[in-house]
Amino acid sequence: MKTKKQNFKERKLKVKSRTENLSAIRDFVFNAATEVGFNSDDIGNMILAVDEACTNIIKHAYKSYPDGEIIINLKYSEEKFTIEIIDYGNSFHPESVPDLDLQKYYKQRRVGGLGMFLMKTLMDEVKYVSVPGKYNQVLLSKNFNS
Amino acid sequence: MAEFSTTIKEHDDVSIIYLKGYLDAHTTPVLENTFANLIEKEKYKIAVNFKDLAYISSAGLGVFMAFIEKIRDNKGDIKFTSMSDKVYNIFDLLGFPLLYEIFKSEEEAVNKFKENKKVED
Repeated sequence: MKTKKQNFKERKLKVKSRTENLSAIRDFVFNAATEVGFNSDDIGNMILAVDEACTNIIKHAYKSYPDGEIIINLKYSEEKFTIEIIDYGNSFHPESVPDLDLQKYYKQRRVGGLGMFLMKTLMDEVKYVSVPGKYNQVLLSKNFNS
Repeated sequence: MAEFSTTIKEHDDVSIIYLKGYLDAHTTPVLENTFANLIEKEKYKIAVNFKDLAYISSAGLGVFMAFIEKIRDNKGDIKFTSMSDKVYNIFDLLGFPLLYEIFKSEEEAVNKFKENKKVED
């Protein structure tokens, strides 16, 4: 699909690492993605992916410490819409998260892994950059023509 | 802040939980409490009605995973009803239809509990 409006190229939201902020994060992405002209399915997928990424940051990177920073930058180009999420919590190693196995999840009541699986499924591209002791970055991208 | 609430209706020995609003990592404790209270009262036949649920993240799905084993160990079940396509798609992506019965209407879910009861009797 093509962009309908081009009201912004970049937009930024900074929130504390608290689950009460998840709805504000979703609203922020919803509004921007709507302005850019995505359809409601794509927007729904993007807000769920960003919610999953931020929930993981709050629970794992910050281990529920409520005063960590989460910065969300939205950018778009001709080809894609990118959600960049930065945190300064514990570094994250995506390769350490096993692939989703729901049967195992059921038997062991193992928590986790669902969020990452959803992010990868709902977005066109998911990229992690972790600089230990400095910051973690998650990049979630959606192509305009997918 | 997004709101989430649950309401319970009893239908014979089946408890129906109505979900309303946004179920995310912030609001899951509300649903956890609802399940914990039902289990405390030894109510293990539970239908969850999604009609008024606007949003669910994996944190919300995790609540069903957390309680299902205990409920099934007590000859009960959690059955889902009245999901929007949007919510169903998330369940489907994660393979939940293999683990849980999902019905179009609340009546079907309640009837399924009754059928099971007849078989037991």
